[in-house]
Amino acid sequence: MSEMTNMSAFEIAESVNNQTVTATSVVEKSLALAEALNSKLNAFLAIDREGALRAAAKVDSIIASGGSPGRLAGVPIALKDNMCKVGLPTTCGSRILQGWIPPYDATVTKLLESEGAIIVGKTNLDEFAMGSSTENSAYGPTLNPVDLTRVPGGSSGGSASSVAAGIVPVALGSDTGGSIRQPASLCGVVGVKPTYGRVSRYGLVAFASSLDQIGPFSSSVMDSALTLEVIAGFDLKDSTSYDEQMGSLSAQKGLSVEGLRVGMVTEFVEGSDLEVVSALRDAANALTSLGADVVEISIPETKLGLSAYYLIAPAEASSNLARFDGVRFGLRVEGSNIEETNVLTRTKGFGAEVKRRIMLGTYALSSGYYDAYYAKAQQVRTLIKSGFERAYQQVDVLISPVSPTTAFKLGEKSLDPLAMYLSDVCTIPSNLAGHPAMSMPYALDSKGLPIGVQILAPALREDLMFRLAFALEGSSTGAPSLDDSIKEAINRG
Amino acid sequence: MANAETDLKDLGVRGESDFLPDGWELVCGLEVHTELKTKTKLFCGCANVFGAQANTNVCPTCLGLPGSLPVLNERALEIAAMIGLALSAKVQASIFHRKNYFYPDMPKDFQISQYDIPLNADGYLILPSGKRIGIERAHVEEDTGKITHLGGASGRIHGAERALIDYNRSGVPLVEIVSRPDIASPEEAREYVSELRSTLVAIGASDGKMEEGSLRVDANVSVRPIGETPFRTRCEIKNLNSLRSLVRAITFEAHRQVAAYLAGEKVTQQTRHWDESAGRTVALRNKEEAEDYRYFPEPDLVPLRPSEEWIEGLRSQLGELPKERRARLVESLGLTDTNDQIETAISVELYPFARSALAAGLDPKITVARCANELASLAPLDESFEISWFVELLRMETNGEVSATQAKSILAEVAKNLISPKAAQERLGFSQLTDDQLTKTINEAILQNPKEWERFRTGEAQLQGFFVGKIMKATSGKADGKAVVRILLATAEQR
Amino acid sequence: MSSRISPKEVAHVAMLARLSLTDEEAELYASQLSSVLDHASDIESLDIHDLEVTAHPLGLVNRTRSDSVVSGLSQAEALSQAPDEAQGMFSVPPVLGEPS
Ligand SMILES: [Zn+2]
Repeated sequence: MSEMTNMSAFEIAESVNNQTVTATSVVEKSLALAEALNSKLNAFLAIDREGALRAAAKVDSIIASGGSPGRLAGVPIALKDNMCKVGLPTTCGSRILQGWIPPYDATVTKLLESEGAIIVGKTNLDEFAMGSSTENSAYGPTLNPVDLTRVPGGSSGGSASSVAAGIVPVALGSDTGGSIRQPASLCGVVGVKPTYGRVSRYGLVAFASSLDQIGPFSSSVMDSALTLEVIAGFDLKDSTSYDEQMGSLSAQKGLSVEGLRVGMVTEFVEGSDLEVVSALRDAANALTSLGADVVEISIPETKLGLSAYYLIAPAEASSNLARFDGVRFGLRVEGSNIEETNVLTRTKGFGAEVKRRIMLGTYALSSGYYDAYYAKAQQVRTLIKSGFERAYQQVDVLISPVSPTTAFKLGEKSLDPLAMYLSDVCTIPSNLAGHPAMSMPYALDSKGLPIGVQILAPALREDLMFRLAFALEGSSTGAPSLDDSIKEAINRG
Repeated sequence: MANAETDLKDLGVRGESDFLPDGWELVCGLEVHTELKTKTKLFCGCANVFGAQANTNVCPTCLGLPGSLPVLNERALEIAAMIGLALSAKVQASIFHRKNYFYPDMPKDFQISQYDIPLNADGYLILPSGKRIGIERAHVEEDTGKITHLGGASGRIHGAERALIDYNRSGVPLVEIVSRPDIASPEEAREYVSELRSTLVAIGASDGKMEEGSLRVDANVSVRPIGETPFRTRCEIKNLNSLRSLVRAITFEAHRQVAAYLAGEKVTQQTRHWDESAGRTVALRNKEEAEDYRYFPEPDLVPLRPSEEWIEGLRSQLGELPKERRARLVESLGLTDTNDQIETAISVELYPFARSALAAGLDPKITVARCANELASLAPLDESFEISWFVELLRMETNGEVSATQAKSILAEVAKNLISPKAAQERLGFSQLTDDQLTKTINEAILQNPKEWERFRTGEAQLQGFFVGKIMKATSGKADGKAVVRILLATAEQR
Repeated sequence: MSSRISPKEVAHVAMLARLSLTDEEAELYASQLSSVLDHASDIESLDIHDLEVTAHPLGLVNRTRSDSVVSGLSQAEALSQAPDEAQGMFSVPPVLGEPS
């Protein structure tokens, strides 16, 4: 935050409600920055200047008439482009959905807007959220604002990049196997994957339904806490959403971690780069000095996560993505009959990674292989859950690396799918177990690239997770220095 | 194969169990899909109605738009479980699966259905003939949209130039009831569907309209030499839109298969289409892709764990099933077996009339006859036609206040004008009391009221009303007022 | 290079998924999918067939909504994103296969 004059979401909402600033001025500034930086970062697929200013004016008029627009009054927020908002295109980073304008709002969109937040645009992503670098977007890769030769991570790379560059204080992403936490770590921002079922998935274009979960990106822990408090909750439109209220997260700020038992997961440390591991040890030491009780803990079941994930997620995706057939919406390449039309449309509309996963998933579900692959992988979820449960009998929360490496170069892994998949090894187990986990920016490597620390908690214990994050925030090295050309563009604007 | 298929058109379609050549028997199981009578669709709040303008009962969920999610309709689940209970099935913990295949009437390109763990398993249906047909399962699933094929000479798909899709029906709740291969004749198939339909209608699960497609039947047909235990290859017959088609199609198909075996040919497992006008089943285009539905548990829905309490609550809502209605009437009539009148009287529309009349202690024979004949001929009855009118009319007939012939006319008048039988009787000018009967009643009144009579006879004309009132009361108002006055005056003259 | 899945199987899977692949793509996918499946051999070899599957991480069951009508989309809204429409319906090239 040192280089950015931008206020946090918390400060914006307070100032707008106090009438120290107008929502319009805040949003105008965010839009200007988005427009100035997008040619460099390609973080946004759509910037909604008109709609955002209209919404900001409405917030200002509510304030002027003595009303209260809500907890996120005037806060500019970006949505990953796999969440629906009426009137704005939702592309999922795919050619097959080019120009599709959903006729309905996602539940998260409604909840944010009902608290006065302003949706300024839709952010870039790996096509249908399949990827770990945002290079799989049909609309070109998003770049990491810390170093424009590097990827921002993925799949929610546009959201991470836009928050890291200071365009918006908060953005939403979706996390199926690490798609919030890994880009948050690679861009140096906070990224949260809540418990599965905590946030409604209605209006989130599904990748893998049993793993997908929406969560916030922000520069500060408090902003993620605030945002998650707004978007969490039961939704009648999502049968898998959880119906009990979440405790306050923002109230965790300043609470002591003394006596808290923290486990460092051996298996996640093993394959990680030295600098990543050393950042984690620094965090562990900081927690120890705050009175927490840090121990190493082994959860061998998590080693099976990657295999299970790369069977379950593609299987569900192969079914979820069947509807992109050229009949009702999106791209159609017309053939002489419907079958041919389906084939032509899908062959042209989907990119290579999406096709690869559809193929893998179709294969894993096909007769003769279901039991060996899909069914087995679902049982492994149970194994991993019980592994975590065993660990949580000994400790309250877990910490680990987020990603084994810091941000890698564009194109570095795009030819080897398995190498790319391996970068999700520390994040995937939480999705399989349905547990909450977050990435907390903590240190920089020798190149000045951000390193995040992952905090994992038992199901529904976001409160504990945030208590630890707030505690670690004090000893974090802070935001990374942005790429020179980004700094320049910000200063010009 | 072509040889075996020719010249089968003129086969008898009566469907008796010995309809096949000597030594051969039919093995048939039916899959019946019934649309459920709910207000809304299975997984969204869109109205479940027939005949609306195209694509007006749709939403993101039933259009399969990206990001939409299904949420199960509570009532649909209740009705589905009631079907299971009515079929004496086990209502059990279950989950939904996705059945994956591409078809443009299916907006998500998968159907949400149930697979290896259905809601209802292992039931049976006892037919009026006493035969028990096993029910393997009755599971919940969603319906598809409807395709209209444009262009092309025959209207059959291969000639079409364009297909238009209406998704109003997409997501309408269905229960698929799969019988065991216990059906041994086309007639038994008809009887099964008919009894199943009555059962579904009786519990309020379905309106049972085959012609509107709310009840759809597929037949799995195979044949084997009598005495052979293993099943032979079966064919699935689709497009059976009426009971008549069902009987004809099974008859044709069974003969076709026997003819094939007798000619030394093989029967290949395939789906066949019943061509009603040609009176034959025809093989559908053989798909080059083997069916591989890639079933897997639907991750957007959670498991169903019905509690005992919930199940018992539904059981109490079932009411009398057709077999129980039949048993009640057979017993009331002192019979051992059902007959056509009983079968008509137990229908969903007529049975409440019969039930109320019997409960009022009226004659079962008249009750069943009037229900099965006169009332049935007046169906469909207006909603404001009161059951009590029918009971009252039967009471009048039983008491001899009206003749059987008059009762029938009164019933027609009641149905036509929606008035009480008394009012109808009046309007029709029916009075069953003869002058002799009236004279007798008047004489009784005179005996009971000698003082008043003396005063009337000696000129107190105002006492005429007193006596008319007594007579009307004694005859329950059925006496003709004018006739009463005439006889009163004549009697006063005589004495 | 492992060959857990042959280019021929890849072609069959592509057909099920309504994708068309060139021969080169089929070769490439065959080798890439094989390496992912190779990696999955760690769970293939597990003997856990008695273990329950995780249906919902929090164990939710019996989620339903009441049977009351909620207004959906108008015909115009429903068709607004259709690639082609006619007579208030979605229009597509002819459907081969089963008569309906
Ligand atoms: Zn709907």
